[in-house]
This record gives sequence, structure tokens and C-alpha cells, in this order.
Amino acid sequence: MTVYSQPGTPGSLVTFKPRYENWINGGWVKPVKGQYFEDISPVDGKPFAEVARGTAEDIELALDAAHRAAPAWGKTTATERAAVLNRIADVIDANLELLAVAETWDNGKPIREPLNADLPLASDHFRYFAAAIRSQDGDHAELDNDTVSYQFHEPLGVVGQIIPWNFPILMAVWKLAPALAAGNAIVMKPAEQTPVSIMVLIELIGDILPPGVLNIVNGFGLEAGKPLASSPRIRKIAFTGETTTGRLILQYASANIIPATVELGGKSANIFFSDVAQEQDSFYDKAQEGFVLFAFNQGEVCTAPSRALLQKPIYESFLATAVERTRKAIQGNPLDTATQVGAQASNDQLEKILSYIDIGKQEGARLALGGERVDLGGDLSGGYYVQPTIFEGNNKMRIFQEEIFGPVLAVTSFSDYEDAISIANDNLYGLGAGVWSRNGNVAYRAGRDIHAGRVWINNYHHYPAGAAFGGYKSSGIGRENNKLALGHYQQTKNLLVSYSEKPLGFF
Amino acid sequence: MSEPASTATVVGTITVPGEHLPRVELSGTAVSTLRELWDEFGPLMFHQSGGCCDGSSPMCFPAGEFITSDRDVLLGRLDIAPAGAEPRSIEFWISAEQFEYWSHTFLTVDVVPGRGSGFSVEAPRGVRFLIRSRLMDSFA
Repeated sequence: MTVYSQPGTPGSLVTFKPRYENWINGGWVKPVKGQYFEDISPVDGKPFAEVARGTAEDIELALDAAHRAAPAWGKTTATERAAVLNRIADVIDANLELLAVAETWDNGKPIREPLNADLPLASDHFRYFAAAIRSQDGDHAELDNDTVSYQFHEPLGVVGQIIPWNFPILMAVWKLAPALAAGNAIVMKPAEQTPVSIMVLIELIGDILPPGVLNIVNGFGLEAGKPLASSPRIRKIAFTGETTTGRLILQYASANIIPATVELGGKSANIFFSDVAQEQDSFYDKAQEGFVLFAFNQGEVCTAPSRALLQKPIYESFLATAVERTRKAIQGNPLDTATQVGAQASNDQLEKILSYIDIGKQEGARLALGGERVDLGGDLSGGYYVQPTIFEGNNKMRIFQEEIFGPVLAVTSFSDYEDAISIANDNLYGLGAGVWSRNGNVAYRAGRDIHAGRVWINNYHHYPAGAAFGGYKSSGIGRENNKLALGHYQQTKNLLVSYSEKPLGFF
Repeated sequence: MSEPASTATVVGTITVPGEHLPRVELSGTAVSTLRELWDEFGPLMFHQSGGCCDGSSPMCFPAGEFITSDRDVLLGRLDIAPAGAEPRSIEFWISAEQFEYWSHTFLTVDVVPGRGSGFSVEAPRGVRFLIRSRLMDSFA
């Protein structure tokens, strides 16, 4: 076990700069209005760096740079772009621990996660899209002996991307890798809760990309996000966040007649059929862990399995064991590799989670575990920590319907297959779901019958770059991961060519 | 961080057809914050968000910035003007599909220190609007 030193203290891998400017045209650029805001670490609730408070003027500078860079970048070969993406991946791998410490300090997540998931997935994501763009072919159709239709993939040009705070680096990479692979120039706005770790990454990879291909402007949604999302100078906007802002983004996109992809979260059902408990074996142990995964990343995951559906015959026994397993989750210093549950990303997130715990109690849900804020004492006393919390109730309760984005699980029972699917689908969202069964036929059918874009069967929370990710229903539009994502960053050019000398004969 | 002095709460008007009880109110702190925001941005509106990240937060925009439709429900109008002054009425909206799941709860808009997201107008002040909920009397 390792406890990493706090940034800026002796022995730490990371010393943050006192101030982070915007990254525009391959260099650090002060915000036009000269304003900054403090980035607060959720680990201890204290500010640790100042960050540029970008405005419309800074977005314009970034768009200028992106428009200058886009034509040449879009004409590079797939081979060249793939080489760039692979170099970025190598730099991430070579700086994995440093980036992990920065990510934990910015977001509050336990460091075993960025070390073993966020960052290895990020570098792999660049490698996946390096490979995907090299292996992507256009297509053609021979319409008759003398007429051929050719289809080419072209970059869109300059695109805007607005990313969330739950996986600051990985969610940036999910959007960057396909956009860069496809040959686009980018203006990105990180989340104001976690604006720094992505800048630490840029310090490492900034000079690998030609100036202006990637520009990052920090700031608040109203002041920097809106000017980006509503700009007539972008050819596409990508957003991950919540439904109201998602609708605003779509509204702005409609005004400019540009495509938008939006990922707006979920309330994923994790369904455990009775046969899971047929044996008390390794598979049962795996299923129990699958239940506890609601607390992964403090529940701040769009696909958090935050509704557990247990079949009636195993309800009591499965739940009792799973509650005990959850109780053993180690909550503590996020920089300690032994820590399993870290800090919530911000104070308002903490407040929101506590407000949901309150409404859960008011609605009559039974508190089986947790339910309180945690004071870790010492240096960490001001941090934003919540106990992993388990409620029992019914699917009509608000804690079953809304994405709390905290370590709060809502558990209910179901009678049979139809009941399970009915409960799972009785929700506004359809991003993720889990199905656990030893019966492959049941698991397959359930996976197909659940209205969600990603259904994990007998596993959960795996995010391989090659598996398409995105929502049904109010969870959004579009797919990330998988080569399908390239399509969201490409225009289709059709050349319809006649190789015949004969006139058409109409005139 | 802006923490205006608290004033009295404001209870919303009844706007859901056929209903006889208000559904939304502003805490005193929310009223004070909204008065400052009105001075800066002019007339305001709320739309209740759902989903990921900052979902479940009430998002505050300049009135008309967010286009509502028949698939949204007006939960109430909240007049933040001081007594005797010109009315300053703020509409509070929620999507109809979300309202189906929220309809048994009464909503209080409060303010907490925080680092907001979305495009809500209060975020640069270092505060966030937050929903506190209680069961509606008719459901209790």
C-alpha cells in the first residue's frame, strides 16, 4: 500500500502552478478580462490553484486558433494523426502516477481508480482511435457499368466539446480522441469543478499537437460554455451533463443547424435473478461485488448501478450479505491506495446528496446502511465525504428515479422476469443496466428487453474503448467509444462519377 | 462568495391546472440572491434539471433563454419583488416526464456555496441553487 504525498508537499509527484491560463494556439494565454477563479480540492475543501475565468472573448481567441489550424490538420494523413495519438498515449502511460495524483486532488476520487482505470483507459482510448482511423475505409458502389458512387469521410472542421467533472481526464479523452483522429480542431471547456488536471495533462502533451488543433478554455458555463455552444463558428457540439443544459445545447445547435451529441446521465438498474445465489461460489462473490459497485467513484458515474433489483426468493439473504460487504468499504484519504471510497467532487454535490438522503427518509424508504456525512478529521476534515448509503423502497420513490450522483443505492425486489423488466424500464433514463444470472438465455433476453444503451451481463463498470456507449430515452443522443464515435466527427462526401461519354438524352 | 442577507420566503402561485396547493417556494436566501441576479440579468426563469452531474439542480436563466414547450409543466410563479415594489415574477418549469415522478413533492429552492455547472446564472458567484423537498400535504 502506498500513500501519495499531497501535491506541493515534499516528495509529491505534483506541484500545481499557482495559476493556470487558457491553452490556446499551443501556448498559455491569459484570459482577456484578466479574471480567475479558485479551484478547490474536495479532498480537504481548500483552494489549491487559480484558473482562468474565460469569457466569450477567450472562446473567440480559441476559435480563431482552431480555424487557423483546422485546414492543415484535416489534410494530414490518417497515418500521421494516428502517430500523434499514439505519442499522446505513450506520454500518459509514462506519467501515470503524476496524472493520477493530479486527478485525485482535483476530483476527490480514490487514487487506485485513476491509477488502474481512468488513466490506463485514457491512453488506450487514444490508441484505439489511432487504430480505428487507420483502418477506416470509405466505400463505393458501382451503380451501373459507367457510374460509381464514392463515399469519403471528411473532418467537420472546428468542433466544441464541454465535459463533466466526474472523470475529468477520461471524459475529455473520450471526446478528444475520436475528434482528433477524424481530423478536427477542437475548442474544449472543462467543468469548473475540476479545471486543473486536464491542464496538467496539456502541460505534458501540448507540444505533440500542432498549435491550434486543441484549445482549452476554462470558465463557468454561462460565461464560457454558452458562447462556445452557441457559436456559429463550430460545426458540432458535444456535451456530457444534465438534461436542462442538454436541451439548451440542442436548442443552440438547432439555431446554427449543426449536429449535437449529448450524454445526459441515467439511473441504471442492476438486476439480480435468483439463480445467482444457487451456489455460494466465485460467481456469487462476483455478483455481490457487482452490487457494491454503486459506490465506485463515490457514485459519480453516469452509469452508476444505483437501483438494485433483487428477485424475491434471494432478497433478504443477498441484501444482508451485500450490505455487510458495503459496510467494509474503506473510506479515507483519497491519496492512499488502500482507500476505496473518496470524496464527492464539490460542496454542492455533497449538499445535493444529503438532500436526497433526506427525501428518501421522508418518502419512507428504509435506511439499511450509511446516510450520513463523514468527517475524516485532521487535514481532511473540510473534505466532502459521504458514507456509502443503501435504501430499501419502491421504484416510484424519487431516490429510485433520479440520478443522485453519490454513493446512494436504492434497492427493491421483483417477482418474475416481466416484473424485473417493467421496473427497470420505468424510468426516464436509459444509459446503463446490469443483469446477473447463471442462465444465459434469461440474461440475453433481459439485456435486449431493457431500454438502455449499455447492458452489462454478469459484470459491471467495464469501459473498454471498443464498446459503444450512449443513451436511450432522456439519456441523450449519440455514441462514444467504438469506431461508431468517428461518425459523430465526420462529414460524408459523396462523389457521384460518370465514366460514360454518352449524353443523358433529356435535352 | 456572495451570501446575501436572508429575507422572507416566497411561495409560488398555483399554476398546474386543477390544483389547489402551491408546489414551489424560494428560501429567504434564494430570494436575496435572485434579486441581485435580476438586477444583473433582468427577468429570470427556472427550469428544473435531471440526469447526470449537476442534474436535479434548478437552473436559472434569463427569462426566455430556455425554450419551454407543451412537454414542460409550469409549477408556479415566484414574485421576488420587495413589498410595494413592481412585481418581479419568475416562472419555475419542469419537464412533464420528470413532473410525473416528482409530483408528490413540494420543492424549496435554496442556495448553498458551491461550484456550479450548467449555464445557470448564479454559478460565477460561487453559489448554487439547490432543491430541498418535502412530501406534499395531500400525499403525506
